[in-house]
Amino acid sequence: MQDNIIDRRSFFKLGLLGGSVVAASTLGGGAVLKAAELTDSPKSLQTKSNKIRGRIFFQTQTEFDTLSAACERIYPKDNQGEGAIGLGVPYFIDNQLASAYGYNDREYMQGPFMDGKEEQGYQTPMKRKDIFLEGVHALETNAKKRYKKSFSSLKGKEQDEILRDFEKGKIQTIGFKSSYFFTLLREMTIAGVLADPIYGGNDNKNGWRMMQYPGAQMSYIDKIASDEFFDIEPVGLADMED
Amino acid sequence: MAEILKKVDVVTVGAGWTGGIIAAELTKAGLNVLSLERGHMQSTENFNFIHDEWRYGINYGLMQDCSKDTVTFRNDLKELALPYRKMGSFLLGNNVGGAGVHWNGWTFRFMPYDFEIKSRSFKRYGNKLGDDYTLQDWGLTYKDMEPYYDKFEKTCGISGEPNPLAEKMGSFRSSPYPQKPLENTKILKRFESTAKEMNLHPFRLPAANSRSGYTNPDGQELAPCEYCAFCERYGCEYGAKASPITTVIPKAMSTGKYTIRTYSNATQILKKDGKVTGVKFVDTRTMKEYIQPADIVVLTSYVFNNAKLLMVSEIGSQYDPKTGKGTLGKNYCYQMNMGTTAFFEEQFNTFMGSGALGTTCDDFIGDNFDHSREKFLHGAMIYSVQSGNRPIQSAPVPQGTPSWGAEFKKALNYNFTRNIFIGGQGASLPHKNNYLSLDPTYKDAFGMPLLRLTYNFTDQDRALHKFITDKTAQIAKRMKGVKSIKKGSYLKNYSIVPYQTTHNTGGTTMGANPEMSVVNTYLQHWDADNLFVVGAGNFQHNSGYNPTDTVGALAYRCAEGILKYHKSGKILA
Ligand SMILES: Cc1cc2nc3c(=O)[nH]c(=O)nc-3n(C[C@H](O)[C@H](O)[C@H](O)COP(=O)(O)OP(=O)(O)OC[C@H]3O[C@@H](n4cnc5c(N)ncnc54)[C@H](O)[C@@H]3O)c2cc1C
Ligand code: SF4
Repeated sequence: MQDNIIDRRSFFKLGLLGGSVVAASTLGGGAVLKAAELTDSPKSLQTKSNKIRGRIFFQTQTEFDTLSAACERIYPKDNQGEGAIGLGVPYFIDNQLASAYGYNDREYMQGPFMDGKEEQGYQTPMKRKDIFLEGVHALETNAKKRYKKSFSSLKGKEQDEILRDFEKGKIQTIGFKSSYFFTLLREMTIAGVLADPIYGGNDNKNGWRMMQYPGAQMSYIDKIASDEFFDIEPVGLADMED
Repeated sequence: MAEILKKVDVVTVGAGWTGGIIAAELTKAGLNVLSLERGHMQSTENFNFIHDEWRYGINYGLMQDCSKDTVTFRNDLKELALPYRKMGSFLLGNNVGGAGVHWNGWTFRFMPYDFEIKSRSFKRYGNKLGDDYTLQDWGLTYKDMEPYYDKFEKTCGISGEPNPLAEKMGSFRSSPYPQKPLENTKILKRFESTAKEMNLHPFRLPAANSRSGYTNPDGQELAPCEYCAFCERYGCEYGAKASPITTVIPKAMSTGKYTIRTYSNATQILKKDGKVTGVKFVDTRTMKEYIQPADIVVLTSYVFNNAKLLMVSEIGSQYDPKTGKGTLGKNYCYQMNMGTTAFFEEQFNTFMGSGALGTTCDDFIGDNFDHSREKFLHGAMIYSVQSGNRPIQSAPVPQGTPSWGAEFKKALNYNFTRNIFIGGQGASLPHKNNYLSLDPTYKDAFGMPLLRLTYNFTDQDRALHKFITDKTAQIAKRMKGVKSIKKGSYLKNYSIVPYQTTHNTGGTTMGANPEMSVVNTYLQHWDADNLFVVGAGNFQHNSGYNPTDTVGALAYRCAEGILKYHKSGKILA
């Protein structure tokens, strides 16, 4: 039998799908049990910080510092808690750029490439890893030109001014619009704050905690009909690994 | 040379809702069915770690791989179409179960008006929209459709309650919803009481998320919904959401007469002397070509691919917007989404929910109100749904908040649990310039042309959108405790970039005669009587409701037609 031919024998042998009454009900039951266990998971699990991380895309320290400073302006540290840097967002972005996201792996990347209307979406042959690299370089070049300093050593206000010009598409870049880079930077910063901590950002689930988002909870069946507001300690996917 | 495989009774292209329903019904009746599916096998077990917004919600973990196939898009005939390089506006299904695995489960019947839209609105208002709008009756009525709706709803175990306007709309039901509505919540109750104060007629949204444990007529079981809030764009780890992989596909498998061939991408329908003979496909693991011969071929590969396969196989006549001739690709429609977000000081459990946990009203949809003074026909449902906000995708901030920086951070965090969205989903009516055809330039990974989408919103759409947006703002403003509202902007050009809805329709329309449609009312192709084409592509226009109840009902009707055809060998209608 070829392993892509799914017929009755292989279907039930592999235990695929809740094909029988028994399979469906035990599955449901098992998952409910797991939800209850998770709610009671020890506090130590929930305060574990994401210490093991490293750069796997950006090669120079300056690139990484520029990226970090830009992210921090988008989601800054304040009296509520950490900003992008404290939450590990630059590592999140760095790691994503080295993976499917950076390589536009599941996107149509065949030519010909032509400038289209905004309504038609991006049309650049450049992969996101290269747009980020060039975008970060452009931030740095711009800082040097305006203030004779590195982007990361500028005052917040000065950094904002440069970022705003990127946002408005005012900066010359080749192969992509500076506004497109800014959109990616903004989206990725927010994603790094709010994605599950397994991706290297949202350190210690603090991005979630600040907005009172409880994360990957298994079930709310016992709470859904209540008028009370529930402030629930967040759970991440790593907490569910045995 | 393509290798020729052993002939089967029926081959379907795709194994989603439509493919699964066809497979279940025909195998129960003793036919051998084989489905070609380009994706991989998946089951409830695949979804144990599904609560991952980044992987599934934002990066579309379960959807079509656009590096292999996508569409091209332009707003109008004069423009150059360019590839939809990354999914945005709509999300196409992949893998066994198709988009039915990651749907929300809103399960609405279309109304009697929908099936006879042309004759009914011409009777009441004359040709109000003019000839550029290519309105068509569907060739059957609500009464014809009712038994099939009933069947699909029982397969899914829909949780719902009667619509207070049903009688006015002429939408009778032969039996009540199989299950009670889902639990009610503070958010939904707030919407309901405001709507009632405004003399609207709210009712609980019919949901394919099972309220309780449920066994369907095929003996398949659904577990109770846990309100886990990772529903649309995600598979259900509990087997609580009715989907092809929890219902019709395991049923078909249990007969011993069904086979799914995964990693098999169909590229052409083969034909000879007015009949089709089988399907050519590529095994995507080896790129080797095969031919699967069959007595009957059923296209169940969603709106876009069904149309594309007919076009590349040169079956039927391509629609030409300049002459108005041809039917294939005609009457492509989308939907308009509108709404207003209301912000509060009080907190709500916005992060809990279920795909179709909601309350809705039908006061401004179809012909339920007088359109004499409006510049549009049809309308929209107006709803509030608590599908569970996830923070990257849906964390609204009040009007005037900057989109980044300190103030943004503050607003993002404060408002995540303090908002309610009042939405509308508007009917999209066909226009002569909105259609599907083959792209002259861009090709998929198998060397076939990409499908080209030519689409823009029309004046009709804009007028309807504004009317309903204003209504949602009126409701939002009146909700108890509301602090501020953020009204969505009015409709501009259609853009393929932001997500709107995966309710694409038309292109392979159904009808009473070959001049106006691609298939007859049993979804049998007018030009090849052993070829059937099933899906929302059959719709002559799109309603303000979600499509799948009607798609499922049509698939059951098609299965009945195929069995009749298998016996008689004749064209059915
Ligand atoms: C996020 C989301 C939410 C939704 N929510 C709702 C909702 O609440 N209510 C509602 O009514 N509808 C909803 N829908 C729409 C609903 O999912 C579809 O109407 C329904 O699944 C369509 O079923 P189908 O069988 O026609 O197509 P699909 O489910 O798309 O199945 C087609 C199958 O064919 C396969 N295929 C395609 N091309 C080929 C090829 N060349 N060769 C081999 N196989 C191929 C695909 O991989 C797929 O598995 C939603 C859709 C999405 C994406
Ligand atoms: S909300 Fe309910 S139906 Fe949807 S995935 Fe969660 S448990 Fe399943």
